[in-house]
Amino acid sequence: EFRRFSLERSKPGKFEEFYGLLQHVHKIPNVDVLVGYTDIHGDLLPINNDDNYHKAVSTANPLLRIFIQRKEDADYSAFGTDTMTRKKNVLSNVLRPDNHKKKPHIVISMPQDFRPVSSIIDVDILPETHRRVRLYKYGTDKPLGFYIRDGSSVRVTPHGLEKVPGIFISRLVPGGLAQSTGLLAVNDEVLEVNGIEVSGKSLDQVTDMMIANSRNLIITVRPANQRNNVVRNSRTSGSSGQSTESSLPSSTPNVLGSLLQGEEESDEEDIIIEDSGEPQHIPKAAPASESIESLSQIELLHESTQNGFLPSSEMSLNHSTGSISMEYEAPEPGRKSLEEDGTIITL
Amino acid sequence: MRRFLRPGHDPVRERLKRDLFQFNKTVEHGFPHQPSALGYSPFLRLMAIGTRSGAIKLYGAPGVEFMGLHEENNTVMQIHFIPDQCQLVTLLDDNSLHLWSLKQHGGTSELREEHRFTLKGPPGSPPSATQVTAVLPHSSWEVLYLGTESGNIFVVELPSFRVLEDRTITPEAVLQRIPEDNCNRRSCELVEALREHPKNPGQILIGYSRGLIVLWDLQNNKATHHFLGSQQLENLYWQRDGSKFISCHYDGSYSQWPVSSDSRQSEPLENTVPYGPFPCKAISKIYWQTTKNGLPYIIFQGGMPRASYGDRHSISVIHGSQQTAFDFTSRVIDFFIIFSSDPAAEFDDPSALVVLAEEELVVIDLKSAGWPAVHPPYLASLHCSAITCSHHVSNIPLKLWERIISAGSKQNIHYSSMPWPIDGGTNIAPDPPQRDLLLTGHEDGTVRFWDASGVCLHLLYKLSTVRVFLTDADPNDNMNTLGEDEWPPLRKVGTFDPYSDDPRLGIQKIYLCKYSGYLAVAGTAGQVLVMELNDEDAEHVVDHAEADLLQDQEGYRWKGHEKLKTRDGPVRFEAGFQPFVLVQCQPPAVVTSLALHSEWRLVAFGTSHGFGLFDHQQKRLVFVKCTLHPSDQLALEGPLSRVKSLKKSLRQSFRRIRRSRVSSRKRRGGGGNASEVQEANAKFDQDVLQEMELAPVQRKIEARSAEDSFTGFVRTLYFADTFLRDSSRHCPSLWAGTNGGTVYAFCLRVPPAERRMDEPVRAEQAKEIQLMHRAPVVGILVLDGRSTPLPEPLEVAHDLSKSPDMQGSHQLLVVSEEQFKVFTLPKVSSKLKLKLTALEGCRVRKVTVANFGSCKTDDYSENDLAVLTNLGDIQIISLPFLKLQIRYPCIRKEDVSGIASCVFTKYGQGFYLISPSEFERFSLSTKWLVEPRCIVDMPEATTNNHVHKPGTENAARIS
Repeated sequence: EFRRFSLERSKPGKFEEFYGLLQHVHKIPNVDVLVGYTDIHGDLLPINNDDNYHKAVSTANPLLRIFIQRKEDADYSAFGTDTMTRKKNVLSNVLRPDNHKKKPHIVISMPQDFRPVSSIIDVDILPETHRRVRLYKYGTDKPLGFYIRDGSSVRVTPHGLEKVPGIFISRLVPGGLAQSTGLLAVNDEVLEVNGIEVSGKSLDQVTDMMIANSRNLIITVRPANQRNNVVRNSRTSGSSGQSTESSLPSSTPNVLGSLLQGEEESDEEDIIIEDSGEPQHIPKAAPASESIESLSQIELLHESTQNGFLPSSEMSLNHSTGSISMEYEAPEPGRKSLEEDGTIITL
Repeated sequence: MRRFLRPGHDPVRERLKRDLFQFNKTVEHGFPHQPSALGYSPFLRLMAIGTRSGAIKLYGAPGVEFMGLHEENNTVMQIHFIPDQCQLVTLLDDNSLHLWSLKQHGGTSELREEHRFTLKGPPGSPPSATQVTAVLPHSSWEVLYLGTESGNIFVVELPSFRVLEDRTITPEAVLQRIPEDNCNRRSCELVEALREHPKNPGQILIGYSRGLIVLWDLQNNKATHHFLGSQQLENLYWQRDGSKFISCHYDGSYSQWPVSSDSRQSEPLENTVPYGPFPCKAISKIYWQTTKNGLPYIIFQGGMPRASYGDRHSISVIHGSQQTAFDFTSRVIDFFIIFSSDPAAEFDDPSALVVLAEEELVVIDLKSAGWPAVHPPYLASLHCSAITCSHHVSNIPLKLWERIISAGSKQNIHYSSMPWPIDGGTNIAPDPPQRDLLLTGHEDGTVRFWDASGVCLHLLYKLSTVRVFLTDADPNDNMNTLGEDEWPPLRKVGTFDPYSDDPRLGIQKIYLCKYSGYLAVAGTAGQVLVMELNDEDAEHVVDHAEADLLQDQEGYRWKGHEKLKTRDGPVRFEAGFQPFVLVQCQPPAVVTSLALHSEWRLVAFGTSHGFGLFDHQQKRLVFVKCTLHPSDQLALEGPLSRVKSLKKSLRQSFRRIRRSRVSSRKRRGGGGNASEVQEANAKFDQDVLQEMELAPVQRKIEARSAEDSFTGFVRTLYFADTFLRDSSRHCPSLWAGTNGGTVYAFCLRVPPAERRMDEPVRAEQAKEIQLMHRAPVVGILVLDGRSTPLPEPLEVAHDLSKSPDMQGSHQLLVVSEEQFKVFTLPKVSSKLKLKLTALEGCRVRKVTVANFGSCKTDDYSENDLAVLTNLGDIQIISLPFLKLQIRYPCIRKEDVSGIASCVFTKYGQGFYLISPSEFERFSLSTKWLVEPRCIVDMPEATTNNHVHKPGTENAARIS
């Protein structure tokens, strides 16, 4: 069902008004919908706040294609996978050609049939020289199996080259999770642990941080061997243009870290044995006023992690806007589902 | 997480936080580490101690203390008060001189550095030309005489430190007036001592190292007298009337020289080697004090026979036929005599001998018969046996306080009743708001009770658990009981004795109930003693019980130490805390956690193998729970880490060496070896550490698993009356947290008081929570319906706390080293959490609930968690929402022992060891601050002179 209408480009107004307008145009007041649009690269991106709405309007050339989906119909799995397939069909230009060449994952099978062991994530927002690796410890008996050490690396600073202390992977245990993924190697420099920069932290602190996150460890490294980096086209989506070779974009890691932290809650459940009965996972307490938000996040997250992949450019856009307005840190449902984005699964 | 990212959005809360929290390091308690110099002002009645790290501390009346720190952090070599001034001069080992003064500022006195100065020689002269060896502040307080290695005596003006070059006393000038036959240029090398004439400020006595002594006339710039000693000179002392002076020498002799108008005299009146005839060690300092009865006090340091007592640290006092050589267990740094402060007095009339030894301050009462020691109100040697743990109890009820003091006073009868002789300055700090006790457990099996209410940490009472056990040490093998006719007449003084007879006696955990006077103490060899306060001596049998924590676990062999042997039959206990029951854990591993519930009469204890609950009313073990993982073999081997065990074994081997030495040379005793052994110990520790440094520094990254070692180690125990089974009935419960992130909860049934002896206490496991991150559980706490932590046992019964809210739902707070989690009760569901390690890379070392009051209004206070991390930071985290309030850096992260020793009080203060002998006191609260506030006034200038330097025309200027 198509509708065509026009907007004043210079005065797009607020997202709320736009949303109201859509409901009005489609004669579906009181129906919750998800709004998406295709950007100049042909990526399907969401519109759910003022900023991405304005971005969408500004990219209209002159036509802006908007996709509307009923929220309750399209539960998130449908939304995700549908988007993918449709994107392929409808939109000739797909987000990351490099990824698709390597991993036509959709063809293999549904990802929820597999247990991920490790993944490279956030390829689009990191500089090409960096790699963010996620190790899924839960459910496997394999040890993480690596060691870290102190060392020093050379950075480009305003004062020229400078030697700065850094943390490096010193050893991989044969047969360990780290080694078996092939994503980490000896002498890779560790830059972040679960979104938190390690610069200025001691080896012991970084060790403690990694162990504390060991059930869902996400390390950002600068691989010692830079030849295997994912090579991207000059055209990269979203915010990757902001990334510089020498340092991480300052705001994104923390934003990401916060999202990942939230996600982790779902897979770290303590166990209780009552009266010598069977062990059970400890449930979440009925949320108090304050924790409603986080609870809903988690539920959404859960589904998204199970069900797959969303166009990665959405993420980038959010980050680019996010760096303008800190409001973005307050996650909203829907946005949370974006973080699995760009996943490559090694089976 | 978002809480971290957006801190402090609420301006009201931010303002409140400023009213509640404030970080201050307020005062250092205990004995300064590595003291290096001592000074005393008879005018101000203040004592100054300098240390090897460049600190200078002034002490007067109890509560009067000042501290200063030289920027250079160099060793303080000498301290000299300027006569009749609130000023002092320090000499550091870098040859710099510093002028400090006490100035009043905002109602209190403050110690400030005013000037610094380094003597400069003419260009090209060797450094020895200006190396200061002797300092004499002249009684005119205008100039300072500086004797140097080169033999020159420089004169500098105060306070500007301007060198008055025309007044320099050169060796050439000195030699002019001395016959050349037995003197040459070399006689005047190195000035050893400078002393002003007690009656005539125009004359000073100069002692050169090679034995030449010259009386110098300052007005005429010439030597009036010279005295030629044959021995190398150590020190000089004027007699009060200025008619004679004493010199002491390297060979252990001292000589008395008359000073008459006849300048020919250069032979000593008397030359004595007090501990001859065999070669003796040097007498490094001597006092000659006159008394009314004519018999002088001769007090000197050293002089012991070189061969057999050369290793002793002694100070001898000779008064007529009485002679005692006070024998110190550590090196004597310096000493002074307190004598008559009445300027008109004809005699010195010494009252006290104050000795600064390396590890303690000893004051001897010279007025009372037998020369007893005086109990110091401060500068306590906390480390007289190494501190192994501490426990703080706030707000002690008056009744218990008095009973502890009375028990302590019975132990202190051998001390002199003399009031503390160093009493300068006025303490103007308000009285401490409450009575606080700090209990320290020691390696030798003692527990010391310190009054920690105010600025002066002083010992109230000392409890020893040794009597319960049979130890190797023979009680008759006491090294200071020497026969009457022993020569030299050594008498051991002081309390510093760092060697424990048996390291298993070491105290590891202490728990005192301030309402009931029950005390539980647990030690290194798995011993748990429950004690009761008794005001009388008593003789009784201590009941024994064994707690087999391994239960039915088969196939284990304990490779650690054996349990302590107990004494059979009744044991005599002095008044104070007397043990009535001993629970022995099996295997006898170190007790790692302890909790006492005085209302239910239960004591819970845990080791690396499990935990148990003991009913000390019926003297019956209620249950034990083994927490050991079947594959954890390491836990059985005893000591906790290889490094630790290596250290320990080194220490033990030294102890053995020492013991064998002692037994082979009975009389030589511990004192001499103590510092050697200590040094060697320190060296070995260093070597071990260095070895570890050399190993490639890499860290293994691995998730914790149930199979890790020491997961069963019980870290915390907690009693709570809460809703464990259902939300309608609450019951007593015991909670335990382990190193592997497991929390056990037991439901207890305690019979009502009237049937307490008839029915057994029952326990049943109700819950077991496994934290998925498996980090060690370091704290467990139950919050009541109002989210307030449950009160202590008997607190409500004594009307000191509101009864807990049993209507609303309770919450359980579990603190692991990595995160804080709040669960609901009775059905355990997770409610809130705060991650620390995942975000900041630091771990929780200590956590306590502290009550913070507002400094603005009296009616607001709140409970928060005070947390110390392994990085030495202190964080305050709100209850029950677990929001980080504030963070302060407190201890250096390298200072592992400081972090391990930290103890928080219930009202937001804390203590940690900055050296083996000193606690730093800090405060997180705006309301509870204990810090020195004192005033030193210039005493009224006496009419024309004062004791020490009588007859100065300048003294009158002071007023």
